[in-house]
Amino acid sequence: MNPFSLVRLSTLSEVSARMAQAPETRRLRAGGIDLIDRLKEGLEAPDELVELRAVAGDDGARMTGLAERKGGWSIGSLVTLAQLASFADFARPFAAIREAAASAATPGIRNAATAGGNLLQRPRCWYYRHVDLICLKKGGAQCFALTGDNRYHAILGGGPSFIVHPSTLALALLAHDASVVVFSPKGERTIAIADLFVPPSVDPSREHALAPGDIMVTIELPPASAAQRSTYLAVKEKQSHDWPLGEVAVRASVTGGKLSGVRVALGHVAPIPWRSGEAEAVLEGQAPSAELFARAAQAALSKAKPLEHNGYKIPLVEGLLRQALHSICEVPLPE
Amino acid sequence: MASSTLTRRGLLRGVGTATVVTSCVRKPNDGKSDHPPITNVHTPAEIGPEPTSVSFTLDGKPAIVQVEPRVTLLEALRLDLDVTGPKLVCDRGACGACTVMVDGVPRNACMMLAHDVAGANVTTVAALGTPEALSELQAAFVRHDALQCGFCTSGMLVSCAALLQRRGPTRNKLTAEEVEDAIAGNLCRCGTYPHVVAAVLETAGAPPPTSRRGEA
Ligand SMILES: Cc1cc2nc3c(=O)[nH]c(=O)nc-3n(C[C@H](O)[C@H](O)[C@H](O)COP(=O)(O)OP(=O)(O)OC[C@H]3O[C@@H](n4cnc5c(N)ncnc54)[C@H](O)[C@@H]3O)c2cc1C
Ligand code: FES
Ligand code: FES
Repeated sequence: MNPFSLVRLSTLSEVSARMAQAPETRRLRAGGIDLIDRLKEGLEAPDELVELRAVAGDDGARMTGLAERKGGWSIGSLVTLAQLASFADFARPFAAIREAAASAATPGIRNAATAGGNLLQRPRCWYYRHVDLICLKKGGAQCFALTGDNRYHAILGGGPSFIVHPSTLALALLAHDASVVVFSPKGERTIAIADLFVPPSVDPSREHALAPGDIMVTIELPPASAAQRSTYLAVKEKQSHDWPLGEVAVRASVTGGKLSGVRVALGHVAPIPWRSGEAEAVLEGQAPSAELFARAAQAALSKAKPLEHNGYKIPLVEGLLRQALHSICEVPLPE
Repeated sequence: MASSTLTRRGLLRGVGTATVVTSCVRKPNDGKSDHPPITNVHTPAEIGPEPTSVSFTLDGKPAIVQVEPRVTLLEALRLDLDVTGPKLVCDRGACGACTVMVDGVPRNACMMLAHDVAGANVTTVAALGTPEALSELQAAFVRHDALQCGFCTSGMLVSCAALLQRRGPTRNKLTAEEVEDAIAGNLCRCGTYPHVVAAVLETAGAPPPTSRRGEA
């Protein structure tokens, strides 16, 4: 890592002003797991790391708090994945949040990694992470995944970059219609989680919509009825240490024998956490059944365009989605 | 190593750890910093980029080390303080060989900065027991043959010790699954996992694992 200074400031306005002044040479640091990795790889060489964890007083309390709010939850951006994973008060309606947090990375990493940092981490694509390869994301002319080893890359929503979004937590938050509260010198604003992520067709150089000086303060989970169920499932090459090959988060309520409020989110298939309107349309208002779930899974992947080496993701994610739907609706698996 | 070339590790090996822990406020070639050491991570400050002193508790004793902000906790422990229990393997948070406890919580020292532990309590494998007086957990590792090459072992022991501490009086209810979860970040290329699980359950006074593949 190149030399840098560590800057500790106690208010959000000071941190934000500092970042807005010289964004090219400064980086915000939360848990630092992604940032330190990028610095060690030589992808970036900032002069200054500005520590979010030094923020104190009311600002600090909001960023580290985990509080119930009118039946929903307000999650501080500095809450760790370990805290989310072991948070017993997330009852069944919010199970996917806990399951996703518990599934990411390893115990030691989860003790450091924050919710905000998890959403805003940069892609894990091996071409992007290689210091000598100037890919599309780093201002180069092309995405090397198109012709290279693309076994882990996108099958949906790809182009011109084919990364998959790395955040496990994002998927569960997408299924729960979460939003994020962002501080900036002009005031605070709320962004729906779906609008936080920027597809490469809009701008391949970034994955999120925050500007220099923007700081994520909290993540808001809307209230849920007692009948709501959610779950998160992933398949990995190694059970621990590893990023998923594919993952799903689903949320729905079953009332009067019918599905309502259905959300289907697919991960590690697209450059953004992917919401499947096709699957939701098949499921909404219908009575749960194995046949319905199989149709929804086919619909979810119907527009998939695999690259040379990642066609396996289609049956893998179809299977995961069916399993997740069976699980939240308590319908026994047919086979 | 020629005594005229002052590498951090070489110099400190010569001086001895005890002296280092109490007196290494300065690097030999840098007498310019008269700042008092940083003692907590919340006081507003601009630290570095030059070496700056940071103080914390290391294995029960006060420690001060003068390092640039870019120095990781693992580098400071191994190179500046000659505390080599935590191992350097992947240097990317992906193997757990560098696991230490920070205020009782297992952390990957390679992905932290030394300045992150200002005022904190850092525990390495060295504080668990000595070769003459092994801790219960370490003795159980030996009995259960829970190490082969031993490279992952110090990290494994720290993760397991943290689990036992966390469970306190309910440790006798520990299950094999909980132990597996606790060591899910400790990669062992020799495949000692079932032996580690058995050693931890025995130390906890919990029922032994039901027979699994590879169980001793
Ligand atoms: C072995 C291993 C396995 C892993 N497996 C997984 C996995 O399965 N799933 C998964 O999702 N992740 C995985 N990860 C990645 C890890 O979870 C992320 O790196 C981590 O969550 C990032 O959080 P952080 O707090 O450390 O972020 P930082 O590194 O501190 O920050 C990340 C980025 O976000 C910005 N940022 C952080 N917080 C804010 C904020 N509040 N406002 C504005 N900007 C902010 C920072 O400037 C930085 O650019 C793995 C990591 C390792 C080492
Ligand atoms: S050396 Fe730190 S996790 Fe591998
Ligand atoms: S004993 Fe060799 S790596 Fe674990």
